[in-house]
Amino acid sequence: MSVQNLNSIDPFADEDPLGGSQDVGSQADYIHIRIQQRNGRKTLTTLQGLPKQYDLKKLLKAFKKEFACNGTLVDDEKMGEVIQLQGDQRAKISTFLIDNGIEKATIKVHGF
Amino acid sequence: MASEEPLFDPSLKKRKKKAVAFTEDPLGADADPTAPAPETIDNTTTSGEKVDLGPTTAHEQMKMDVGEGEKNEDDDFKAMFGDVKKKKKKKEIPMDLVNSGTSTPTVAPSAPAITEDLDFSDIKKKKKKSKKAALDMEAFEKELSGSKSKSAADDDEEVDVEPNPNLDIDDADLENDPFAQPTDVPVGVDVGNEPWLTSDRDYIYPELLTRFYSLLHAANPALLSSSSQKRYTIAPPSIHREGNKRSVFANVTDICKKMHRQPEHVIQFLFSEMGTTGSVDGAGRLVIKGRFQQKQVENVLRRYIVEYVACKTCKSMDTLLTKENRIFFMSCESCGSRRSVNAIKSGFQAQVGKRSKNRPA
Repeated sequence: MSVQNLNSIDPFADEDPLGGSQDVGSQADYIHIRIQQRNGRKTLTTLQGLPKQYDLKKLLKAFKKEFACNGTLVDDEKMGEVIQLQGDQRAKISTFLIDNGIEKATIKVHGF
Repeated sequence: MASEEPLFDPSLKKRKKKAVAFTEDPLGADADPTAPAPETIDNTTTSGEKVDLGPTTAHEQMKMDVGEGEKNEDDDFKAMFGDVKKKKKKKEIPMDLVNSGTSTPTVAPSAPAITEDLDFSDIKKKKKKSKKAALDMEAFEKELSGSKSKSAADDDEEVDVEPNPNLDIDDADLENDPFAQPTDVPVGVDVGNEPWLTSDRDYIYPELLTRFYSLLHAANPALLSSSSQKRYTIAPPSIHREGNKRSVFANVTDICKKMHRQPEHVIQFLFSEMGTTGSVDGAGRLVIKGRFQQKQVENVLRRYIVEYVACKTCKSMDTLLTKENRIFFMSCESCGSRRSVNAIKSGFQAQVGKRSKNRPA
């Protein structure tokens, strides 16, 4: 946060007609936590889009231990590596990530 | 699941019209609603339901603008489908009302939290604040033991002079006059009684703002009551179970019409958020694969509204979504702002069910 009046951006400047601001298609830098229904009351939680510097394998191990669930690392050809956990671990994952220094604004929790 | 009905929130049923509502700014496009004036206004209506009256002080308003905007906005929207999230909201109230509350000991522990929000005050101030926050913990103990608001820990601070110690947020604004307390001025303050008339100093902005609101509310008491607040209502989604594994969302088209959105767009969002698939049947109902309850769909819809219907600038729901150059733009009809919105993108879909079923033949 900063003092709003000292911002260098001119709020009255004309908008770019194409809307060329950087957040148009910038979904890439979000960390997505999703949920998927399986049969019965079972669910899957997927974690996608973690920054490259994190070792997903170690993270998965930590998740499994912390949340007492099983999980796997899926290598999707389009989405890259995705952590997949059993059960609804969305809230737990997001608190885990926030506690470990990931900014809350970059985490997007999806689902119902 | 037979649990559908029992899980249904009772506070939703209470509403006669079965319509859910969320508050809109009573002052229309102005993002600062009934702001600083009244301590007397409670955040609840007579029926006990929570009403978002917006920031309590002008300062809070600033705070919202700088960083908290997102959060508070979300709160607004949590209220819109009724009070499903009431419990959660209640938990947040103490934080918001800290500077308008009485001098209960609970003020002290929340002081550190306040200082975190004060990043925009200049550095010198901030230092002072954090020091005070540390001191406040001692003050807390003292207050517990009976001494009321004047704690010794505050002695070296100017806060001490203030009649109301809870106003430490505002004194960041009121640099030169600790006595000035915008939130303290009662609603019906009579003109000619302003504090700056008796002293030789000039009036300051928060005082004038308070004066404005007190005059405004005195002239139009209707602005204060929640019944007069314009509410944006949407019928709750009606979800039925079809068979064992599918849910039917019967009134999609109605809701889409109400939101002025294409059903395709809404449905696409629903599917990508819920991580499922489905189809629209002949009667215009949406058949969703998987078991979903009403409040789950409601949550997703609420998020849709936050992202694709509500104007981020004025919070009006009167917006249009248009597609230009493969990018969706949302233009507000009431304030004229125009912004691009994120394209709906479904993420990774895990393999669910039998693999043999998914294999293309």
